[in-house]
Amino acid sequence: MVAAKTIKTLVNKSELPDNIKEELYNKLIEYNKKYKLKKAEVEAIIEETVKEYKKALIEPGEAIGTVAAQSIGEPSTQMTLNTFHYAGVAEINVTLGLPRVIEIVDARKNPSTPIMTVYLDEKHRYDREKALEVARRIEGTSLENLAREMSLDILNYEFVVEIDPERLQKSGLDMEKVQRKLESSFKSAEFETEGYVLIMRPKKVGKLSDLRRLSEKVKKHRLKGLSGVRKTIIRKEGDEYVIYTEGSNFKQVLKVPGVDPTKTRTNNIWEIAEVLGIEAARNAIIEEIVNTMREQGLEVDLRHIMLVADMMTLDGVILPIGRHGIVGEKASVLARAAFEITTQHLFEAAERGEVDPLNGVVENVLIGQPVPVGTGIVKLAMNLPLRPKRE
Amino acid sequence: MATKKEFDVFTHELVPEHRVLSEEEKEELLRKYRIRISQLPQIKASDPAVVALGAKPGDVIEIKRKSPTAGYYYYYRLVVED
Repeated sequence: MVAAKTIKTLVNKSELPDNIKEELYNKLIEYNKKYKLKKAEVEAIIEETVKEYKKALIEPGEAIGTVAAQSIGEPSTQMTLNTFHYAGVAEINVTLGLPRVIEIVDARKNPSTPIMTVYLDEKHRYDREKALEVARRIEGTSLENLAREMSLDILNYEFVVEIDPERLQKSGLDMEKVQRKLESSFKSAEFETEGYVLIMRPKKVGKLSDLRRLSEKVKKHRLKGLSGVRKTIIRKEGDEYVIYTEGSNFKQVLKVPGVDPTKTRTNNIWEIAEVLGIEAARNAIIEEIVNTMREQGLEVDLRHIMLVADMMTLDGVILPIGRHGIVGEKASVLARAAFEITTQHLFEAAERGEVDPLNGVVENVLIGQPVPVGTGIVKLAMNLPLRPKRE
Repeated sequence: MATKKEFDVFTHELVPEHRVLSEEEKEELLRKYRIRISQLPQIKASDPAVVALGAKPGDVIEIKRKSPTAGYYYYYRLVVED
């Protein structure tokens, strides 16, 4: 019988990743109870585990990029080509399936359906009313959203907005607040309220087109909430309430009182990179791809996706996979030319007098030389017998 | 330098631990992997995590990444100007 402490030190001494160390330790403790192992036996087991672990590692020269491309590509053929669908969240459209994967991999600055998942802090998490309060703070509302009818009164040179009382109440505003807000933002006009009718009157009577232009501005002016966030939906998940938003403004939402800034996230990877940094963006890319795949009932080994995310964030900025991104950044002219826009790359390289040292895979395939992959990556070096020194 | 009101990026779940390596650790790292410093992956000096640490271009950041397959592993990035 070996003491648990000895097993621990022996396991910790081995060259294994933390997860395997822990699993090995637990198993050893279990077997130790059952079979009363000797110290030499424990050492032998650990040695064998290390051997197996090293066998399972990827060998130098393995074409992991190609394998990753195949492993992600094959299940992608089974994904929906349908762009719009809702993912659990009723009423909010989410891009899913292949279009979403393409969007992530292309590193689009603005995803077609930006969505934030806003988690709430301790105080607001368990109460629907309080969650609603936070949602109101987030949801961007303009006059346009509140209006039932809007018209230009040409005769009196006015802009008349009839407001829907129900929507007004839902948004947590009242007529007085709306008027005050507009008055402070638009100095060139006067505002007047009559019941649920709001009238805007420019101070200077001018051309009709001026009135129209000003009315457009007033219509779009944000009365409250965050810019870019159009709609919010509250959903109960487990025992807490979570807010989903259509539209995304990650930077601002983290500052809203009542929001838990440690869990809240967005599906816009650029916003994450800007606010939380490149490492967070890497994690977000992985998570987004995995979730999109899982939604479709497909499973890809995580390590392939991690490779994609690592490549995309290698330079500290998010690079798309493709001509403008990681392929376009390749050092070799021939590799770039072999991918897309061949002539342009060759012309530019000729102009600059670029040299291609033929270190990569693509270049060597192109000119018919052994490729530096697998056994091709190994070079033999030999010490030739030295000539005897002349005396 | 982050003001008090500014939110700490390291509290967010998506952000792993970052640490600036000392000169000796830097040397040790380059020796271990037999690489030049320019061969490391990069991180911009304007990156929120770098700003929060106060690291300067030329520093190497050690990132303790969580991994479902290995538990934890370390990744290194060289701070570069943007």
